Amino acid sequence: MNSEELQQISETVQHQHEQFDYEVNVCMGTGCLSQHSDKLKDALTKEAETSGKRYHVRRTGCMGLCAAGPLALVDPVGTRYGHLQESDAKAVIASLGQKPIESREIHLEQYFHGQRHVVLENAGRIDPEKIDEYIGRGGYAALLKALTEMDPAAVIDQIAKSGLRGRGGGGYPTGLKWGTVAKAVGSPKYVICNGDEGDPGAFMDRSVLESDPQRVIEGMAIAAYAVGASKGYMYVRAEYPLAVSRLTTSLREARRSGFLGNNICGTPFNFDIEIRLGAGAFVCGEETALIASIEGKRGTPRPRPPYPAVSGLWNCPTLINNVETFANVAPILRNGAEWFAGMGTARSKGTKVFALTGKITNTGLVEIPMGMPLREIIFSIGGGVPDGHKFKAVQTGGPSGGCLPEEHLDLNISYDALIGAGSMMGSGGMIVMDDTSCMVNVARFFVEFCMTESCGKCIPCRAGTAQMYDLLTKICNGEATHHDLELLIDLCDVVKNTSLCGLGQTAPNPVLSTLRYFRDEYLEHIDNHCCPAGVCACGTVDAKPQKHTAELAEVEV
Amino acid sequence: MSTAVDVKTLIIDGMDVSARQDQTVLDVARENNIFIPTLCHLEGLSEVGACRLCLVEIKGSPKLFPACVLKVEEGMEVTTKSDRLLHYRRTILELLFAERNHVCAVCVANGNCELQSIAQSQGLTHVRLPYRNPKLPVDLSHERFAADHNRCILCTRCVRVCAEIEGAHVWDITGRGIDCRVITDLDDPWGSSTCTKCGKCVQVCPTGALFDKTKVGVPHPKYPEFLPYLNLMRDGQ
Repeated sequence: MNSEELQQISETVQHQHEQFDYEVNVCMGTGCLSQHSDKLKDALTKEAETSGKRYHVRRTGCMGLCAAGPLALVDPVGTRYGHLQESDAKAVIASLGQKPIESREIHLEQYFHGQRHVVLENAGRIDPEKIDEYIGRGGYAALLKALTEMDPAAVIDQIAKSGLRGRGGGGYPTGLKWGTVAKAVGSPKYVICNGDEGDPGAFMDRSVLESDPQRVIEGMAIAAYAVGASKGYMYVRAEYPLAVSRLTTSLREARRSGFLGNNICGTPFNFDIEIRLGAGAFVCGEETALIASIEGKRGTPRPRPPYPAVSGLWNCPTLINNVETFANVAPILRNGAEWFAGMGTARSKGTKVFALTGKITNTGLVEIPMGMPLREIIFSIGGGVPDGHKFKAVQTGGPSGGCLPEEHLDLNISYDALIGAGSMMGSGGMIVMDDTSCMVNVARFFVEFCMTESCGKCIPCRAGTAQMYDLLTKICNGEATHHDLELLIDLCDVVKNTSLCGLGQTAPNPVLSTLRYFRDEYLEHIDNHCCPAGVCACGTVDAKPQKHTAELAEVEV
Repeated sequence: MSTAVDVKTLIIDGMDVSARQDQTVLDVARENNIFIPTLCHLEGLSEVGACRLCLVEIKGSPKLFPACVLKVEEGMEVTTKSDRLLHYRRTILELLFAERNHVCAVCVANGNCELQSIAQSQGLTHVRLPYRNPKLPVDLSHERFAADHNRCILCTRCVRVCAEIEGAHVWDITGRGIDCRVITDLDDPWGSSTCTKCGKCVQVCPTGALFDKTKVGVPHPKYPEFLPYLNLMRDGQ
């Protein structure tokens, strides 16, 4: 494959597009599929035979606004439909070239205003299983450029200059990591893509893998060239069957087109990728546990150093990055490091994909430039809290993160700002909570998650999270004392500072952040034995006096 | 004629000590009679860094490091005893005592138990946490040995000695988090497992979890010191 051939494929794709007057893109991500968008697509395709109009129905990946699924986008006019059913197919086709169906049309100007799509630039635009469509939108030009015009050091230099930081949560500078692996002594070297997304309410990586898998493959190939690796592993959760099947197809297509295998693009560079399925352990998202899992061992973390960059898979130097990190690589090489560094804040560059969930109007996937205030994401893009409820907190960073209250809504999203406020970027889950959520109960939920997902290797995480969970349950039941709260705070400190891996070290964060911002709710449970939000078993403030009077009445009788 | 070995000098608890570059802080501390409590570590087995009792402070870092896997570095200043470390060690021990049913008075290892003696060394007088009192089985199916899961602290010494020294890999761990348990083969009874009856796991077990059935009611000291000797003899061949 050379640049002329790439160009030729691009032109062929373009030519095919021109044959049609309209293109009806149907979202077939997991969210919309669960509402039978596959049947909708079949119905639309069937209509094609009889309608006499020149149009093309395309299966695409996630379009973002999962709450309004199944979604469809009619190009070139740009009409967006939501909540489409199989029975709407006829009407959709009939409306091509005429007025859109009003009852199904959705207006998403506000939702997309302020978003900036880099990782998701092809999501909802291309058929994820057709490599030609990816090439048609500039795909694999970056790999070709790296292999034919740049030496590995120049590639690493570009990534370092872009300011890209790991999107898995830690925010380690990607260029620095690549440089370390490139310099590490040892052979062979490996590249691993961490697709073991396990945070509750997070589905960014799944969507990227489902809607644009070639982008991740290209990123991995570029990384392999930069660090000198010839073998890659794609570690994906088995709970993501659609992502796995699309990846399998995409790897086959990439091999067939010569972007994987031996002598890639006519150069001496060899690289291939194998898929490994995670068996459902959250801790396998931790890099050393993930490596143990690929090696066929029990997925438990080991102490670092040595870091995987020096001694990773089978004790060889290993580069391990998150799906979204790899998805950013090709655009950086294609558009230049300066372009990427032009977005975001001083120390957090580029964009970040967030999965907006919880008590929010526009549940779905958003990609925003770093530095955007939380308020804008939640109230402008997300459409705010539905049903007239009041915003209470936003949880970022999954079970390792924290809950931020209203007064932090003007915080500009960046790795450092979130950590400073007691939360973290994490992989990009963003759960909005309103006044019907009890913050103690929320903390208990996340601690329970960490407790059941702890691998059990180190004592503080194994036994400490279980004790924390018991204490939080006691508080939720209105049975705790101030002594229990002190013990809980002490345990948080021990678990945070003595645990072996990131799971244990960050497990107390949901408790610590809710204690920091919502301490009065804890005290309400302890002092007045009631739950202000009316969630916990101990009952609400209003319910208490009544019960009390009833008890008194009984005594009097 | 000898191979050059890089020697490092460092400070542990204010004492200047020297070490080979491949040594861990724990090795060097023990050589110099500086006591650092450990439970999962055992000389002769691979390190897992799991019990977190050997955490030490290093000047210039807010993080704590497990001494058993921490390689020495030139000029490193290590603190093995501080109020903070003592508090963490005691809490970790409390977590262990509250996790399962550790009742010394009726334990076969009473007086010969590493958990008991480390708790004493750290001045642990009481447990602040509620006891979880889980219902756990006792496996008496083996002709010579018994496994009492109530006393297991999941240090994985049995797993490692069986895999690394005996080469049988009969022991392993099942479950996740608080539900973890050591098992023989695929959770078969110990008696009908592929156990070679060598008894190494019993000798390395720090508590009364694995014991010799014939030692019930009589003192049951354990002798894990055979391991370094065994390794030395094997390396010599």
